[in-house]
Amino acid sequence: MNGDFEKIERRAALRRRVVRVLTYAMLTVWAVMVLFPFYWMLLSSIKSYSSYNSEYVPKFIAEAPTLQNYVEAFKAVPLARYFTNTLIFTVVTTGIMLVVTVLAAFAFARLDFKGKNVVFAIFLSLMMIPNELVIITNFQTITNLGMRNTYTGLILPSVTSVFYIYLLKENFEQIPDELYKAAKVDGTSDLKYLLKVMVPICRPTIITVVILKVIECWNSYVWPRLITDEQAYFLVSNGIQEIRENGFGRENIPAMMAAVVVISVPLIVLFLVFRKKIMAGVSRGGTKG
Amino acid sequence: MKKNLKAWLYLLPALLFLGFFMVYPLVDVLVYSFEEGYNSASQTFFGVGLYNYSYVLHDPYFLQAVKNTFILVVITVPVSTGFALLISLGLNSIKKLRELYQTIYFLPYVTNTLAVGLVFMILFKKTPYTDGMVNLLINVFGGKSVDFIDGPYWAKMFVLCFYTVWVVLPFKILILTSALASVKQDYYSAAKVDGTPKWRVFTRITLPMISPMIFYLVITGFIGAFKAYSDAVALFGTNLNVAGMNTIVGYIYDMLYGDSGGYPSYASAAALILFSIVFTITCINLLISKKQVHY
Repeated sequence: MNGDFEKIERRAALRRRVVRVLTYAMLTVWAVMVLFPFYWMLLSSIKSYSSYNSEYVPKFIAEAPTLQNYVEAFKAVPLARYFTNTLIFTVVTTGIMLVVTVLAAFAFARLDFKGKNVVFAIFLSLMMIPNELVIITNFQTITNLGMRNTYTGLILPSVTSVFYIYLLKENFEQIPDELYKAAKVDGTSDLKYLLKVMVPICRPTIITVVILKVIECWNSYVWPRLITDEQAYFLVSNGIQEIRENGFGRENIPAMMAAVVVISVPLIVLFLVFRKKIMAGVSRGGTKG
Repeated sequence: MKKNLKAWLYLLPALLFLGFFMVYPLVDVLVYSFEEGYNSASQTFFGVGLYNYSYVLHDPYFLQAVKNTFILVVITVPVSTGFALLISLGLNSIKKLRELYQTIYFLPYVTNTLAVGLVFMILFKKTPYTDGMVNLLINVFGGKSVDFIDGPYWAKMFVLCFYTVWVVLPFKILILTSALASVKQDYYSAAKVDGTPKWRVFTRITLPMISPMIFYLVITGFIGAFKAYSDAVALFGTNLNVAGMNTIVGYIYDMLYGDSGGYPSYASAAALILFSIVFTITCINLLISKKQVHY
């Protein structure tokens, strides 16, 4: 009797251990799959051109690491230019988006006006409209306005985001009405109340929105591709595509990989620094895939 | 009255932007799609009708794009959702190294799709200098080298699906791990007291509790996969028609711009066809989820 019990116990313990080992194995395999491309781009970027091309079977370590490819990447294509463009695009787009969104969310959350519900319903229904449907006309509009290859043309159509207005409005509404009334009694203006009370209280949501928009801007590819054909206005994504299609000549893959590393690093650093905030933000308001 | 005015003033920037770049284009895209023989340069057209739709629906490039997109959707949505669920369950059952794994898994979300796609291309590509990492791995297991980037259709489709899953998984894992973590421990404790077998706990407690999130992921997954484009560009270059790997969204942009561009009418018709496909499928999904999901 006693022996049977021990046997069952032992078998259960063994099974638990097997399950645990299998779990860790699966998680590790996928972690390696995720990390491998990053490792590979770093590795290839520090191999010299000749050693990269002479390795029929690629080596997993660089025997004579060199930074020459990075120099090459910045010299052969205007990588620094792509960077500045993307930075300007990201900062300005996010900035304007924030102002527009906060003002609209405030109007919906705190102010009373005729037709508020109708307008808000229209806003909500706009959330379902995919970008592909409106991008055709926007392309024509910007082209007809002569704003191809300008920052204005790049930025203006990328500013709007109904979803962020919705997210902020929900958050603004959670702030008790009493605060607003008290401020009114004190003679505080609406704008001041918004900036001094509401924005600070809702800072987490605002940070979420900013992070999501920054990621979106940094990775945006389609609109910039449609609207720019001069290299001087390329963003990093278009720059990468350009490098792939006619950069560097002679299929200089190590230099290409150096460019890929340079482009990937800023967001990865941003992510590692603000890891918790970004993951919380994305799970609240992100979509991809 | 004064109050009204002020509110509208706060709304004004948003209304201007949305009106100009969303509402007007929405009307305009419909108009475009019915204007026959529209000429971009002179902005003239000679008739109104359904010709654009029939042109697009008979265009072999469009049909190829539809086929590619459907294969991509049918493979990647179930695979990525299922695999994300498996990984999240794994993550939920361990304590050690959990944060490390979570951080690693999230990395693809913050990387530039185009840039990392280039790395995937190099890993899968077969060139005169080297067969590429993946092929060498296949050789180790006794298989033959395949050119995944310029080779047979199934190989190209495999890379595209693999890369798509790689890109969309972070979001799904994140959503599912937080959904799993929010299931009340009481239920599990109760099940333990009753001695419920593990599989039954999973199908009767865990799955129903996280089903809203699974359906959310399936719905957004369908929408996202139907709009696939930049992943394909990253792997096969901008000339997707030649590679035979175009997607519906890619077809729209090719009609609009580039070497084959200048046909906003065809692009509009294709965009509206895409929208109706996505809309129908989303409605079906919502109907199914109403019946199945436990709230």
